[in-house]
Amino acid sequence: MEVGWWGVLIAVLGGAIRIGTPFLFVSLGECLTEKSGRINLGLEGTLVMGAMTGYAVSLHSGSPWLGVLCAGLVGAVLGSLHSWICSYQRVNDIAVGIAMMLFGTGLAFFLGKPYIQPSAPRLPSIDLGGWSNVPQLQSALQINALFLIGIVVAIALRWILQNTSWGLKVRVVGESADAARALGLPVDRIRILSTAQGGFLAGIGGSYLSLYYPFNWSEGLSSGQGLMAVALVIFARWQPVACLWVSLLWGGAAALGPALQSVGITYGYYIFNAIPYIMTLAVMIITCSTRRNLVGAPHELTVTR
Amino acid sequence: MAPSHKLTRRQVLKGTAAVGALGLLGGLDWLGQAWAAQDKVKMGFIFVGPRDDYGYNQAHFEGKSAVAKLDWVKAFDEEKVPETIEVQKTMESMVQLDGAQVLFPTSFGYFDPHILKVAPQYPNILFLHCGGLYQEGKHPKNVGSYFGYIDESQYVAGIVAGGMTKSGKLGFVAAKPIPQVLRNINSYTLGARSIRPNCTTNVIFTGDWSLPVREAEATNSLVDQGIDVITCHVDSPKVVMTMCEKRGIFCTGYHCNQVKLAPRGYLTGAEWNWAKVYMDYADMIRKGQKVPNLVRGGLKEGLVRVSDYNQVVTESVRKQADAAKAKFMDGSMVVYKGPIKDNTGRAVIPADKKYVQTDYWLESMDWLVEGVIGSTKS
Amino acid sequence: MAGGRGNRFDQIVSMAVPKNLHKALEPFLIIVGSLSVSMVLFGGFVAVAGANPIEVYQTMYRAAFGTSFSWQNTLIRAAPLMLTALCTALPGYLGLIIIGGEGAVVIGGLGAALAALTMPTAPPMVVLATMALVGMVAGGIWLAIGGALRHYRAVNETISSLLLNYIAIAVLNHLVTSTFRDPESLNHPSTHHIGETNMIGLIPGTSLHWGLAFGVVACVLAWFLMHRTVFGFASQIAGGNVRAAQIAGLPVGRLILIVCFVAGAAGGLAGMVEVAAIHGRANDTLNANYGYAGILVAFVARNNPLAIMPVAVLLGGIRASSGLLQRAHELPDATVLVMQGIIFLVILFSETLFGRFSKLQKQGVA
Repeated sequence: MEVGWWGVLIAVLGGAIRIGTPFLFVSLGECLTEKSGRINLGLEGTLVMGAMTGYAVSLHSGSPWLGVLCAGLVGAVLGSLHSWICSYQRVNDIAVGIAMMLFGTGLAFFLGKPYIQPSAPRLPSIDLGGWSNVPQLQSALQINALFLIGIVVAIALRWILQNTSWGLKVRVVGESADAARALGLPVDRIRILSTAQGGFLAGIGGSYLSLYYPFNWSEGLSSGQGLMAVALVIFARWQPVACLWVSLLWGGAAALGPALQSVGITYGYYIFNAIPYIMTLAVMIITCSTRRNLVGAPHELTVTR
Repeated sequence: MAPSHKLTRRQVLKGTAAVGALGLLGGLDWLGQAWAAQDKVKMGFIFVGPRDDYGYNQAHFEGKSAVAKLDWVKAFDEEKVPETIEVQKTMESMVQLDGAQVLFPTSFGYFDPHILKVAPQYPNILFLHCGGLYQEGKHPKNVGSYFGYIDESQYVAGIVAGGMTKSGKLGFVAAKPIPQVLRNINSYTLGARSIRPNCTTNVIFTGDWSLPVREAEATNSLVDQGIDVITCHVDSPKVVMTMCEKRGIFCTGYHCNQVKLAPRGYLTGAEWNWAKVYMDYADMIRKGQKVPNLVRGGLKEGLVRVSDYNQVVTESVRKQADAAKAKFMDGSMVVYKGPIKDNTGRAVIPADKKYVQTDYWLESMDWLVEGVIGSTKS
Repeated sequence: MAGGRGNRFDQIVSMAVPKNLHKALEPFLIIVGSLSVSMVLFGGFVAVAGANPIEVYQTMYRAAFGTSFSWQNTLIRAAPLMLTALCTALPGYLGLIIIGGEGAVVIGGLGAALAALTMPTAPPMVVLATMALVGMVAGGIWLAIGGALRHYRAVNETISSLLLNYIAIAVLNHLVTSTFRDPESLNHPSTHHIGETNMIGLIPGTSLHWGLAFGVVACVLAWFLMHRTVFGFASQIAGGNVRAAQIAGLPVGRLILIVCFVAGAAGGLAGMVEVAAIHGRANDTLNANYGYAGILVAFVARNNPLAIMPVAVLLGGIRASSGLLQRAHELPDATVLVMQGIIFLVILFSETLFGRFSKLQKQGVA
């Protein structure tokens, strides 16, 4: 069926979901981490380790969902490691994040060597587009359950942060460590826990890449998604549900380049493919300002001080 | 006449037995390259990416594995060597620390300036590069090139694709608009149009040799446009093949056989047969023959091949594809035979002209043939 | 109020080592200690992976420092790292964490290559000087953008410099494949060759090009700038406490811009060297991860330009050994990445130990 230019729109829509899902998970994880006052740039390494772990476990066990779970657990371990190292005095958490990125990526490539070739069982899709008789739309709406889970997590996270005592503790620790200590809260433990949870989500995001889209484990799998998620969180003003919309936006932007080429617009595809990065930068320039403090930024976050 | 490559004095002086008895097929260097029984031919391979990428590097690795099985060969390799000064150091390291006698830097970008810088310093070592760049008189004598005309396989694959497509629209996910890639796209399209004259090929350039997410997106966009057979020219076709299988369309492969990745949809594919090249070289060196500076060939010489047809490929399509293959085999097939127009309407090959595979003009291809939707300009 | 058996050791240490000496010794001991711990951890990792750690270390030594060839291999890899480390180290004095070295290298290299093409008939020295100048200015501007965004718009410099890396690579690829493409460079889109006579030569007697000298000179000059001039001193103050610096009347914004520019200039120079010493053209191989490796060097060297030189050599050696590790031990290329990661983590963790020795000192003197 001829769709022509509508194809671009459909591709962007499909891409928003397809490519946006890992962004969603990683940004939610980072959002939680940053709410507690810790910034974790190592999520790029966590993402890649999650991708590799998910693929490997799925291959060995035959169950992709087990792979997803294990990817999350590995992410939690890496997140805890990051936060533990950072809990020591004078250790710079941005630098540790970069180091974890290197370490996580290197470890994933090292352990993942035997898994580049074989094909692991894949995560199933859910057909949301059955109502349409346009095959392209059907395919664009063929999503994975993880996307739906991600939406649930986003909403749940917002509720948890606002309405539960755990959420309150996390926020207090993120706003003022001194105040938290005065209240008797174990600051380091809370930070380690929330970073571990953040890592768990990021690991799941990574497993999506290797077990669903593009369903491949190889060494070029990630192109900076973990790091962009950090910028994404700032853009989303640390609001979990906003992270959802921004992830979709990013996913759509990433799909734009190839979609335009498929209808014949071929000029400048390098620039088109860099749109997510340009967009992130532009948004940061527009929304940040020296005059007013970043609205919603946890005070303890080194990145905003 | 390709110059001979004298072996090192050490080997000459060692000079025992063995090979003299074996086929003295033309041009045995009189210095007597008799290999000592314990002397092995040491071959070093350098890959730019991971050796198990189901694609370009794996094809070379499979070739290396085949030649390593010979017990008079010692083959070693290094993977993921970037096209910077690092490959120069790797080559030197293989020569100095591992005693390599012949090196196979397999990535295109290794030639200029890296091989050209290192080769003159080691005149007794052979540097055999994959890519047809060697020019007599311009490049050092211990440098050589080998390349396969895989576009012949793509032509045959194109016939199968053109025959099996229902919508008449084919897709091509390509890395960069360089001549080798363009030649594949054009051959594919020419092959498809020989069986179905009005079919088209949509091309999407991803920008680099290995970008899994972008390749997946490109494949999806192509399918959304109604394309039902896709092929690719990227370092690792794994993503494109699995995505095609998921979307339920046909695909044809590249570099290696990817039928395992797409059992339903993999119609056929264009594969390298580097094992033959490497075994031939090893044999020549062992026998002390002059190693030609330029080894090129297609289906006829066995440097490339076509994957087996999927069982869904219909009889008439098979016949036509086999007929084309037969013409390649007996040397009568000319893909680039005029009149050929490019996709802007310009006549690139006039009616009375034709270019055979070895014609250097084809190496600087910068146009896309009529029927291809896409542009070489970025 | 120290006392008790637990502090005996501290007392002995603090009495044995005179205060001034151990202040200077402290960083050295901590770094050496960290590297030793890293080696042990990496040895354990390698053992689990099935190789013999002792043999692995022997191979690494042989490949990195064992022969004259190894040394040259190591030094040639260290050369660009010395320059790109400055991209992270210099802004570090100001308390900024910039990881934009890759972008500076790419833009600087592209600028230098293009500059050379505008003067086809000029003598080589002039061409090279111009290339260096243009490369440095281009790289400097690129990094200064990150600094400016930080100062004037409070945009986090780590993220912005990272995004600028990606954008720089996209710009490079776009320009090299379209506007400035050399039609002869068919299968590897590049700019036109700058001319063989314009290439940087080798240091006589070695296979090293002069880029290594650029790196050494740059590091020495950088150290001089930051430790022996008022400008450097002012930067350190601004890095320690922005508020205090502003109260003291220091032009913090200008300091940030200048330091970022100088840092970017170093990266741009690295790009120029890549073009002028190795490729002769600008193309996608400029994106060779020198920038990212430079970050690691800067952190391990604790931003000190003099320390950057030996650390760059160490890292160059580690990377040089990856090839032989692959061939001799069947270890994948990622092994070296893991080692770098371990070293990095341990070094950062050891930050917490700095200053502890002087604490011990105070306790000892009860």
